[in-house]
Amino acid sequence: MRLRSLAIYSAALAISAWVALPLVLIAIAAFTPRDILYQWPRPFWPEKFTLDTIRFFLRSTGVWQSTLNSVFVAGLTIVLAFAIAAPAGYAVARFRFRGRDALQLAILTTKMFPATVLSIPLAVAFIRWRLYDTLLGVAIVHTALSIPFVTVIVTSVFIGISYELEEAAMTLGSSRLQAFFRVTLPMALPGLAASAIFTFVLSWNEVFASTILTLNNRTLPALIIDSVLGQGAPLHFRFAGGFFMIVPALIIIFLIRRYLLTLWGVTVR
Amino acid sequence: MAEIQFQNLWKKYGKVAAIKDLTLNIRDGEFLVLLGPSGCGKTTTLRALAGLETLDRGRILIGGRDVTSLPPGRRGIAMVFQSYAVFPHMRVYDNIVFGLRMRHVGDAEQRRRAEEVAELLQISPLLGRYPAQLSGGQRQRVAVARAIVMEPDVLLMDEPLSNLDALLRLHMRAELKRLHRELRSTTVYVTHDQTEALSLGDRIAVMKDGEIVQCASPTEIYDRPASRFVGGFIGTPPMNFLEGVLRRSNGSVAVETSGGAIPLAGVGGAAVDGSVIVGIRPEHIEVLAQPQTGSLPAEIVVAEPAGPTQLLTVQAGPQILKVTVPSDLPVQPGSQVWLRLNPARIRLMDPSTGAALAAR
Repeated sequence: MRLRSLAIYSAALAISAWVALPLVLIAIAAFTPRDILYQWPRPFWPEKFTLDTIRFFLRSTGVWQSTLNSVFVAGLTIVLAFAIAAPAGYAVARFRFRGRDALQLAILTTKMFPATVLSIPLAVAFIRWRLYDTLLGVAIVHTALSIPFVTVIVTSVFIGISYELEEAAMTLGSSRLQAFFRVTLPMALPGLAASAIFTFVLSWNEVFASTILTLNNRTLPALIIDSVLGQGAPLHFRFAGGFFMIVPALIIIFLIRRYLLTLWGVTVR
Repeated sequence: MAEIQFQNLWKKYGKVAAIKDLTLNIRDGEFLVLLGPSGCGKTTTLRALAGLETLDRGRILIGGRDVTSLPPGRRGIAMVFQSYAVFPHMRVYDNIVFGLRMRHVGDAEQRRRAEEVAELLQISPLLGRYPAQLSGGQRQRVAVARAIVMEPDVLLMDEPLSNLDALLRLHMRAELKRLHRELRSTTVYVTHDQTEALSLGDRIAVMKDGEIVQCASPTEIYDRPASRFVGGFIGTPPMNFLEGVLRRSNGSVAVETSGGAIPLAGVGGAAVDGSVIVGIRPEHIEVLAQPQTGSLPAEIVVAEPAGPTQLLTVQAGPQILKVTVPSDLPVQPGSQVWLRLNPARIRLMDPSTGAALAAR
């Protein structure tokens, strides 16, 4: 029995380290003074910390603009994804209709499709539709990427709210729509908010589509990738940028972790 | 207040018919119980009446008004759900006045009516609480209050007591009966619990496979079941059934069973010589220590004391019977006894259809 819990704990430790160690290293490096960062051998614990690298990163050309771009794209993605996926999720949760199972399978299979294959046709189509290098274009792609996720989450949120409550509201004189807005929506709100925030993180972190579909209107990840790969940005810029990307995602995931667990718990079943 | 008419209702789910050509009239102010095993269509019937289920065919009239295509909120009904369906994000008070708000009743009137029903259901101290802070029984009362505050023409209840523990159920059952006596609104009550049905209903409609097999008063249903199904479904333990052949000789009538002949008090014109099923309730069988004319020899298999009575399982020939006897009757498992079936209480049934034969 003790051996068993020992095995479980060491496995948990290994998996946590696998996820957390790079984050810790990036965070340490982001606050390490430049001269220590370029030393060899580099000390694991730099003894001295500084905000210089972060300041340098924030003052670099385009960082603020692309941060705003990222926030705008993420906001638009949330609006578009919810406009499409929330009604879909409600329908899957509440109604038995022809093609319901096929729809649920289709939602999963879109996740299996390699986005790389789409990149050239997508760029060509966006140029043709004048969406290339626009934030709307990026938001549309992010919407497409997040719809499966949002649909699955919203479905589980609505399944968790008994339909009898809506029926009770209807027997008490409300219409189907009133029943939804007065009973189901207020109860679904925390779950929906959690999935909206998660959609934000998806969009905030998305780098592939943002990079190939923009030139001047870069989102933050696209800007960082471009400056690293295209212009060979220095090491300290990379660490500062990486840290700046990670922090919002970490904070958000931490805040909504309870919801994510229950949401996926319900979905996996 | 209103009478309800079901006219030839049909509802199919795919190929399965949940309600088959159901016709029933419910009187104004009546307490009607829809009783049957799960899957018999009783809940579907209630939901169709509420407007939560669309029918394939047939019409529903409430107070002479055709409500078949009206939405639930405009039928003059209120419903108590099995899960109570109390809104968890609203305080008890807001739950109770929800329907009044939807009807745009004034604030003062809302408060007056809410306080009145809260008084009636003894939940006045709970008005400011959230449902999560209530016990199951209290939530049940909120659900009932929310329904009757609407002063509905028709009150619908879908197994409202099935989630309560036994003692609370007994208490709420009496409470519901008192409420009905005070409010006198037409009530349709769905249950699979025959005790509830017998104690609450003015009339009971026993359903099976989407059809009403018998609709009558509780005593009529209990004493004169219309079929083997009704007799077997109602009563704890249910009616006993013995197979036999009906014979007339010298003016007297008897059923020959493999255990012996059972004399009958009389047979209506409908019954002819041939195979029959003898239906008899456990309390209408007398257990004798000595043989008598017309008694069946039997052996006691099990004796279970149940407070004021004891329940015997006896074997008469190949047939197993349940018999209730006074608890002071000395019986030993394995001992030989004789059974006398009260001829006045025997109900004969057709072995192929299970339908009761016209007279006993």
